[in-house]
Amino acid sequence: MLKNIVNINTKYFIVDFMKKIDSKKINSKKLKTIYFDNGATTPVRKEVLNVSLPFFLKDYANPSSFHSTGLKAKKALDESRKKIAQILNCEKDEIIFTGSGTESINLAIKGIAFNELINSIKDNRKINGHFITQKTEHDAVLATMKWLEKLGFEITYLGVDKYGLINLKDLKKSIKSNTLLVSIMYANNEIGTIQDLPAISRICKEKKVLFHTDACQGGEYLLLDVKKLGVDLMTLNGSKIYSFKGTGLLYKNKNIKIEPLIHGGGQEFNLRSGTENIAGIVALVKALEIAEKEKIIESKRLTKLRNYFIKKVEKEIPKTKLNGSIENRLPNNINFSFYGIEGESLLLLLNEAGINVSTGSACSSKSLEASHVLMAIGLTHELSHSSIRFSLGYKSTKKEIDYVINTLKESVKKLRLMSPLWEE
Amino acid sequence: MQVEGENWFYSDIVKEHFLNPKNFLKDKKDILDFNGYGKVGNVKCGDIMEMWIKIKNDKIIDCKWKTFGCASAIASTSMLSVMLTENGGMKLNDAMKLSGKEITDRLGGLPGIKIHCSVLGDEALREAIKDYQSKNKG
Repeated sequence: MLKNIVNINTKYFIVDFMKKIDSKKINSKKLKTIYFDNGATTPVRKEVLNVSLPFFLKDYANPSSFHSTGLKAKKALDESRKKIAQILNCEKDEIIFTGSGTESINLAIKGIAFNELINSIKDNRKINGHFITQKTEHDAVLATMKWLEKLGFEITYLGVDKYGLINLKDLKKSIKSNTLLVSIMYANNEIGTIQDLPAISRICKEKKVLFHTDACQGGEYLLLDVKKLGVDLMTLNGSKIYSFKGTGLLYKNKNIKIEPLIHGGGQEFNLRSGTENIAGIVALVKALEIAEKEKIIESKRLTKLRNYFIKKVEKEIPKTKLNGSIENRLPNNINFSFYGIEGESLLLLLNEAGINVSTGSACSSKSLEASHVLMAIGLTHELSHSSIRFSLGYKSTKKEIDYVINTLKESVKKLRLMSPLWEE
Repeated sequence: MQVEGENWFYSDIVKEHFLNPKNFLKDKKDILDFNGYGKVGNVKCGDIMEMWIKIKNDKIIDCKWKTFGCASAIASTSMLSVMLTENGGMKLNDAMKLSGKEITDRLGGLPGIKIHCSVLGDEALREAIKDYQSKNKG
């Protein structure tokens, strides 16, 4: 028997090894994950997954095919477009399905820039185009703008106040005769600050410039009616609203001409080639429908939980700072700086207790630089490094919050005891 | 060496030293008879380290520290304090030569981007030794 020929050392090793596995099992059973990182991405709702499954297994044909299976897929695509048009209060041919929020943003901004690029080549002149955005945008916007600078476009990066709001007078002043587009996000991913889109769009309309908004963080909670918001282009994605990663859409007013980024078979009105991801598209529609239906009740519920969380932290943990605004804030976003401790350490201690969160600390970023959003709202380096974002979701409960705050209290205390920046 | 744990960003040794740090200063009273002190780092980079050492007969017999920083910064200071005080204490000459790489190796490696966190520990140590030497000239 194999058992008889293993020597004693190996035996002990195996016993030890089995013990380790056992203890790991017990630990992982005890430790329930509390996912407070819905701002990074959300789980997929069961109902959302279910509507998509037939398009993997049964109705998987290419919607461009002429046979009846293909027609079924085509019908699903058309209906999806119709349903989204209803939710966004726009027309069917104003919805372009893409592969992500990042892609939609790139399509909106570069699509307009490439128009001007082509015109400048045709007219044998230099590029003459100006874009306006803000310092607290997501990297999808900022990196795209930075790249356009290389092509010769001019970019204005508006600053924000301590709550993360742009100054509307500054916006008005920065619009020039060659301004092509203003891109201001609906709600900020780090601090949850909601911009006043109708006010921004009024200025853009008055000055006759186009307005794009990255609405990825707002899809679940905020008004998405493009007429009421007054936007010309709007980005949404699946991965923040309980649908799939790798799915997104761009609303584009049909009077606006943009160049595609992806050329090929001419799908999506020639603006985004590639066989349509029907499973992903029906999932995105389902997720938006659920969001639309539950928006008011769920926003109320989460706002209450959010405020409970904030008050409890402020009461039970000394020397903290809430980052962002309290009035203009996403219902699910909480962002605190904890004096004297570094965010990544705190994130990992919370992780040990099964709690998933994000931090604006440099140590967790690839660039080793502190969050550009927190720096833009005027935080010191120290406080930027000390920040943690908790983003709630549809599964979040008061019981979870109580557990998180208890763990948070202990973890902050532990790290402060080690910190040279903290004196009791 | 660059290592990332399976379920954790860091090696198991880093995790152990981060969760159960050794020799950090809990109470200022504990350093009354220490004879070397060093402080390095800045808040901009997100790392600050303070170190107190007790030197007797050219050996480091005790070491306490405080660190503001990420898990790898805390773990590498903790590991450094163990390396300095184990086996009856490290000789001053050896301590002066101690490199960040030796700390990283004892930690079972750090992710590439975090290697600079271990450099801070040996800088704090050298500052503390210099402080001791300037106080004990002649």
